[in-house]
Amino acid sequence: MNQTNQMMMTGNRAAAWGARLADVDYVPAFPITPQTEIVETLSSWCDNGTLNARFVTLDSEHSMMTAAGAAAATGARVFTATSSQGLLQAFEVLYTVAGWRVPLVLVNVSRALASPITLEPDHNDVLAARDSGFIQIHAETCQEVVDSILMAYRIAEDPRVCLPVMVNLDGFYLSFTREPVIVPEPHMVQAFLPPFRPAHLGFRASAPHALGTAVLGGATYSYFRYQIHLASLNALHVHTEAAVEFERLCGRRYDVVEGYRLDDAEDVLVMTNAFASKGKGAVDVARAEGRRVGLLRLRMIRPWPADAIRHALQGRRAVAVLDQNLSPGQGGILFQEIAACLYHEALRPRALCSFIGGLGGKNLSEGEFRAIFEQTAEAGIRGKGIGPVLLYTEAEHREMQQLQYLAHELKTGR
Amino acid sequence: MAWEPHIFKDLHQLPREEHVFPGTPLCAGCGGLESLRLASKVLGSHVVYINAAGCFTNLAIFPFTPLDASWLYTTMGSAPAGAQGVRDALDVLIAKGRLPKEEDVNVVVVAGDGSTYDMALSSTSGAITRKLNFYYFCYDNEAYGNTGVQLSPATPYGARTTTSPCTVQHPAGTMQEKKDIFEIWRAHKPPYMATVSPRFPLDLEEKFARAATYQGPKLFLAFAACPTGWLFDPAYTPDVARLAVESGIWPLKEAINGEVVHTYMPKLSPVEDYLKLQGRFQHLFEPTVQTDAISHIQGRVNAYWEQVKRADNRS
Repeated sequence: MNQTNQMMMTGNRAAAWGARLADVDYVPAFPITPQTEIVETLSSWCDNGTLNARFVTLDSEHSMMTAAGAAAATGARVFTATSSQGLLQAFEVLYTVAGWRVPLVLVNVSRALASPITLEPDHNDVLAARDSGFIQIHAETCQEVVDSILMAYRIAEDPRVCLPVMVNLDGFYLSFTREPVIVPEPHMVQAFLPPFRPAHLGFRASAPHALGTAVLGGATYSYFRYQIHLASLNALHVHTEAAVEFERLCGRRYDVVEGYRLDDAEDVLVMTNAFASKGKGAVDVARAEGRRVGLLRLRMIRPWPADAIRHALQGRRAVAVLDQNLSPGQGGILFQEIAACLYHEALRPRALCSFIGGLGGKNLSEGEFRAIFEQTAEAGIRGKGIGPVLLYTEAEHREMQQLQYLAHELKTGR
Repeated sequence: MAWEPHIFKDLHQLPREEHVFPGTPLCAGCGGLESLRLASKVLGSHVVYINAAGCFTNLAIFPFTPLDASWLYTTMGSAPAGAQGVRDALDVLIAKGRLPKEEDVNVVVVAGDGSTYDMALSSTSGAITRKLNFYYFCYDNEAYGNTGVQLSPATPYGARTTTSPCTVQHPAGTMQEKKDIFEIWRAHKPPYMATVSPRFPLDLEEKFARAATYQGPKLFLAFAACPTGWLFDPAYTPDVARLAVESGIWPLKEAINGEVVHTYMPKLSPVEDYLKLQGRFQHLFEPTVQTDAISHIQGRVNAYWEQVKRADNRS
């Protein structure tokens, strides 16, 4: 493997590189922490001619997503990025552009949602968009960010799919962390990603057409919604094709899920995104202590890779899902989906455990991982799952009590 | 000096060709649709209409459209941003040689007053500030019409809507004054903007023809007399549209680079003549005449035109 174009870069810069290598035509933008470095980088590249694309700052994420979808509907290859509140501000438009069936790529740099307002990551933002029709790929490393964006364009533009793709990376932990990244050679990218020349999109003087028209009645509506669902399911197969071709050209393989030390694992921890690296470290520690544990990282969230998940989890003693999100009054979002897809599995694990952690960038300590593995093993032996368990360490609790004490003191003067 | 049309001086000069064809699901007598039909005679068919949620969203219901131009429905709050994306993409594709120049189209936002005056103000302001080369066509029927005629920021004082009814506390119905979107647009200094009425077709056509000579945002506020919402017989749409102008309630004007010129000097007939034609103002006359409310409306109109006169005398 040619290592000459290996560079140290942040996850944000890796995202910008993905857009640059994909030779995008148009970048509608709006700044929001922790995504801003992506649009800053692309702005300078568009300005100095490194990237032959038009960069426009819109007045909001709602406008930004509208411009992105409209430009893609006109036939341009479009890249855009946002985070958190920005994704929610654009929420209505996510559904709208997915319905237009336009292939664009949106990078979401995960950040927890207000209130309380904060900057560090969890996945309530990106998972809120899981029903929008966007395909979702969640990246663990900076390398995976670049590579996933290239794969995302290939999947989005495939005639069997024609849907927008969201590539997710964690704010701060990945967006601002430098890692070595091999930048794929432009000739490899050209071989992997053909130029975007859609026959079915565009507004031309000679061929007027209407897009996004209203429908009357549930039957017409249902037809188009079912089409989105079926196209999304096609993305599972198209992803595999893209993965095979990407591996052939660049030597790196990405599947819809990634197994880590799964072979003889009794218990499996399910995670996503950058904190999966912490999870893998914890698996190594637990293995050294004699526990037969492994980790399953979900890379593709939409379409839901049910078969790959069932295949990876069947016959295990127990499965723990560590959700870096919280649906108040219900629990972990991914836990529900994992549980649902294992229900019909004859060899389903004896216990399913739900853990909530890492909200707002809260650390996951070695002790918390140890507790997860211990409690999951016990649940497997017992044959009865637990959760949702809300992870919080004693040290964190003490710190919180200190803050509450200060708040009280400042307010009352006592 | 009086404003003179240069191109359209006679009704015979109106283009015969139609680009908005009959058979739409809009209400009979829709003044907004008539304005669009007239506008399209100048705009032609090399157009993509970028639509915001509103009455006109019903123009394109799968698989029908009455237009010989393209159409993109966006959202209620972001049609100008849709125009931005389409215009930018067209420019990029032409520059990169992927779209022949002769395939280029004009980008025209079509939005109602609900979208224009409030929800899409952010995206409109942004598009004007970015000097986006596009047309904005607002059909102003002074209410959220498509949802059944509720109060909008364009609803004038004294009108009755389903959310500003005539009550004991508010006998006049709507208490607010109509938001002055023209002046909000004008503060952005777009190269061209105008108000139009379908009852003044030469004025309307002339303005669209003039606008075509300007690069950048070209904004049109079209008086959209609304039989359904304003409660009058569809046959009276031309009369309502005429009296709105003649009473001075709907001034016909244009602003080139922010410089306002009134394109028609109305007779300033009493506002009652205009109000009485419409059910939405009926409570001002029955069961008792609300003299204060009517003179309030007349007072606002008088003040407007006195200000116009003063400005004209100064220049």
